[in-house]
Amino acid sequence: MSRPLKLSLTRRYRFAASHRLHSGSFSPEENLRLYGKCSNPYGHGHNYTLEVTITGPVDAETGMVANLGELDPFVEREVVEAFDHKFLNEEVPEFRASVPTTENVCREIFRRLKSFPAAHLERVWIEETSKNSFEFGEESAGVEQPKP
Amino acid sequence: MIRVTRKLEFSAAHYYHNPNFSAEENRRIFGKCNNPHGHGHNYVLEVTVAGEPDPATGMVLDLKELKDILQREVSDRMDHRNLNYEVPELAGQIPTCENIAAVIWRLLEPKITQGRLDRVRLYESPDLFADCTADSNGSGR
Repeated sequence: MSRPLKLSLTRRYRFAASHRLHSGSFSPEENLRLYGKCSNPYGHGHNYTLEVTITGPVDAETGMVANLGELDPFVEREVVEAFDHKFLNEEVPEFRASVPTTENVCREIFRRLKSFPAAHLERVWIEETSKNSFEFGEESAGVEQPKP
Repeated sequence: MIRVTRKLEFSAAHYYHNPNFSAEENRRIFGKCNNPHGHGHNYVLEVTVAGEPDPATGMVLDLKELKDILQREVSDRMDHRNLNYEVPELAGQIPTCENIAAVIWRLLEPKITQGRLDRVRLYESPDLFADCTADSNGSGR
């Protein structure tokens, strides 16, 4: 028996940015213990890979969950232009108040993209290095987040 | 429950064109994918089957059997074909990643008798893929 289907579309984007993991709530020793070399005051950077997953009914006329001609410029404007070749701590206003860990970057990118009008945002996944990746999805978005 | 994934590659041509749209609309909506001469991709397909391993064999399903099913149902139909003209299951549909993934799901689901088809993931390029799964909320199509 055939089951009803759910279709999602995932698009991959890239940006390069620098950051420093440091919290004003901790002493210099605590910052060093918690964040190690990521707390280097001069910052460091990564080539981030971002995956954006959207879901929704497939339009019978276009065969698409959403047109990439709409998704690409939206993500470019909301995320890539704002994050690419930037110092996240200083140049993305949200990270003046919270530490730009990739967990927090995931959450911020999800927040920026959830208003995409043509489909439902399901998940944001970021690979910070080939060894570390982070994911934030709609199931987490409904949960009350602690204040930074 | 264990999920087993088998990967397969095939190369095919397609273009996007809806006869219900004007030439201008087709160009605006589908962009360069509307080029009537077509273009192609190296598609990468990942098929995931979920189930409990058989206590006697330790396997959810016989991967050789899955390989044969994928050869018959997908490669023989789609590899080195024009998806607009040579795949009857796609007739009347725009051969987008979403529609191809759904067609592959419908071809495979009845053929997989050990375990249950869990996900069809189709990469059109390393930067774009569609996932087809069973809709647990009943909100799909």
